[in-house]
Amino acid sequence: MEAFSELLEQLYFTSSNNAKAALIIDYLKRTPDPDRGWAIAAMAGTLRFDFFKRNTVKQLMLERIDPVLFNLSYDYVGEMSETVAHLWPGQTDAPSQGLPSLGELVEQFSTAGRQQVKPLLAEYLDQMSAAQRWSLIKLGTRGLRIGVSARSMKQILARYGQTQVEEIEALWHGVSAPYTELLAWLEGRADKPDISEEVTFHPVMLSHPLDEKTLTAIEPAEWQIEHKYDGIRVQLVSTANGKALFSRTGDDISQSFPDLLEDIHEHCVLDGELLIMHGTQVDTFNQLQQRLNKKKPAKKLIDSLPAGLMVYDILADAEQSLTALPLAARREHLQRFIENSASDRLHLSAVWPANSAEQLRERYNQASDDTAVEGLMLKRTDSHYVPGRPKGLWYKWKREPKLVDAVIMYAQRGHGKRSSFYSDFTFGAWQDDTLLPIGKAYSGFTDEELKKLDNWVRRNTVGRFGPVREVAKALVIEVAFDAVHPSTRHKSGIALRFPRFHRIRWDKPANEADTLETVKSLMET
Amino acid sequence: MHPQHWMSVASPGLYCRPADLYIDPMEPVAQAVVTHGHADHARSGHQHVYATHQTLAIMTTRYGEEMAQHTSGVDYAQSVTLGEPDDPVVMTLYPAGHILGSAQVLLEYRGARLVISGDYKRRADPTCPPFEIVPCDVFITEATFGLPVFTHPPIEHEVDKLINSLQVFPHRCHLVGSYALGKCQRVILALRQAGYTKPIYLHGALIRLCQLYQQQGIELGELIAVNDVEDKATLAGEIVIAPPSALADRWSRALPDVRTVNASGWMQIRARARQKQVELPMIISDHCDWPELIQTIEEVNPSEVWVTHGREDALVYQATQMGYKAKALSLLGYEDEQETG
Repeated sequence: MEAFSELLEQLYFTSSNNAKAALIIDYLKRTPDPDRGWAIAAMAGTLRFDFFKRNTVKQLMLERIDPVLFNLSYDYVGEMSETVAHLWPGQTDAPSQGLPSLGELVEQFSTAGRQQVKPLLAEYLDQMSAAQRWSLIKLGTRGLRIGVSARSMKQILARYGQTQVEEIEALWHGVSAPYTELLAWLEGRADKPDISEEVTFHPVMLSHPLDEKTLTAIEPAEWQIEHKYDGIRVQLVSTANGKALFSRTGDDISQSFPDLLEDIHEHCVLDGELLIMHGTQVDTFNQLQQRLNKKKPAKKLIDSLPAGLMVYDILADAEQSLTALPLAARREHLQRFIENSASDRLHLSAVWPANSAEQLRERYNQASDDTAVEGLMLKRTDSHYVPGRPKGLWYKWKREPKLVDAVIMYAQRGHGKRSSFYSDFTFGAWQDDTLLPIGKAYSGFTDEELKKLDNWVRRNTVGRFGPVREVAKALVIEVAFDAVHPSTRHKSGIALRFPRFHRIRWDKPANEADTLETVKSLMET
Repeated sequence: MHPQHWMSVASPGLYCRPADLYIDPMEPVAQAVVTHGHADHARSGHQHVYATHQTLAIMTTRYGEEMAQHTSGVDYAQSVTLGEPDDPVVMTLYPAGHILGSAQVLLEYRGARLVISGDYKRRADPTCPPFEIVPCDVFITEATFGLPVFTHPPIEHEVDKLINSLQVFPHRCHLVGSYALGKCQRVILALRQAGYTKPIYLHGALIRLCQLYQQQGIELGELIAVNDVEDKATLAGEIVIAPPSALADRWSRALPDVRTVNASGWMQIRARARQKQVELPMIISDHCDWPELIQTIEEVNPSEVWVTHGREDALVYQATQMGYKAKALSLLGYEDEQETG
């Protein structure tokens, strides 16, 4: 644990990716199995379980400090693990020696009973330095954010084993922590792990936003044009050993959508948009949200909001991998596959060919009118299926956002990189003489603007509710968002989809901001 | 008479009416007492300034001879009578332990005693006499690090981190961000005490103040201006001190393979250090940490505590829990979370 804590500390303060890779490779060289494998899992975010819950950490802390002081501290620091690392009574400086190894910690916490976790954690926190406490809490709650993504971890492993990152990508979801087989292969001590029959996630291919310059350069006939559906991107995998539905980040969400998987019997890997579909009729994202994160959805919910998959790509058909084929050929496979499939939950994403720039723009305008659609997807017909976000192959052309002028009402501090800056804003629209909150936004401003906003909040605070500051109703922001939906959760009766800052109107008087009625008029029916 | 009847917060700063005296005013005023030389407390353009001799020297160094129309240098523990002769305010300065020349201000009026601590710390600092406990009815304390997450480690420990880093990265120029007044000199002294005898290189903005410290009899060892170094490549493996604002500046690009270090109390919060792209944070502060703020309130044991710039909420709460009457004074204009930490 000492070495791991030191590694995290160094990684945290190292900004160059090269230097980070060097630190990690050095750690892999001098650390035995299974510790180093657990460290890889912790950094790449593939640990399967929490050692303890954030709330357990908080409870332990609150047994040791006044809750008001805890809340003020947490609000300031902006992060639970660091707040606790500093507030925990006891020594702070000298790194403690004689702590258990990473492997031992995993073993102890994974086998500890409900009643044992708290005392075990407290005992270790007592023994540790502030930096070690920070590492343990980060590790145990799987909240490590040290600027090493899963992708860069794979690159580092490839560099460690002097192989290609694609090799690691292909294996990644078929191997698991503590990665002893993988490391043995990378070190030339064993054969490559065999994962052909595993039900695993295949890293997905992502698109870039379309800019004006690219748009003018595009020859529409070379592109497959589809609607961009407003659901969530998923991957459906089915093999002889089972089937699963994965989110685009590889989380297994099968449990929430048994109705979709039920009738799939073929061996396949499908890429598509998860939607609520009544036959061929696509329902709103709002409805889909009701079914997300439900571990055991009720039958009534499943029946009233049935899941469907708008399939737009196929990565494997029977035992055959198709990723090295051009999109046009994959499309043929996909068409045949859907026609032959017994499932009526699978729908083929329609293509909307265009032969000229005008026609393409027309397609875009049509798509923008369709409320189940967010815009267009443009994919080169000769594009192979390349995991990651390769340049020049796939584009998304989202419909123009809607804009309203709203007034900032409350502000809260941000987390991580924005720790201690006021960066989360609640804004409202007028109803007669009263402002009603209509949403929250945390993005769309530059770092420079963030500093100005932070400063403005500090100077214009009129009230405090715990971590929330109420501010003078004086600053207008132009808010961009994708849609307005009715909502019973908010007093204003509406909810905005993906609101973000478009512009800060330092010049505009608050009484000239938009009314709630104006915002409601943007609702699609 | 209770100080709440003769002290107020006006737009230039804290104001004592019967003495017509502002404490650390932000705007030019007729009469001011300046607790110490940091730019967010000491401004130029006042008609009459009271301060310790060292603080006046610092202000002259920064703003020139014309920094005020009249100045009165005051020794620690020396009393000055202000206001109406038959209804006087007696002002006395006491050491605050913050930086060279820093003072607390005691104001006595109609039987009541008020102490304005200014910025202060309780750790030993070879550049100034230690903070003195001054009994009073109302104690005005700063709260720069007024949250229990702030506990400053010993300076020796932090300086060791720098010295170790020089051994691990002998070819990297260690660029230490450090506030020009007080922090810079304290870091240099701590390096000297840790046995670091090589020359220390300085950004131009630090030179005059270091010279002033040397004139005041504080031995800083050999200092060389970076501008006087012809071949910057020779600074590999050396310590260069610069104001924090110069860390990411074009100026630093001339230095060889820079390792960015920053000496500040804020460095305790990791995200703060990373926001500034600091690779080696040194937690060194010229302010009290949380335990010291509490210790000071206990030792001064006033009947009332007023809390100024910083994280007032937590300290007001804590003082109230300890049985003191406490409130926050919202003084505008003091650097909220800037370089003086």
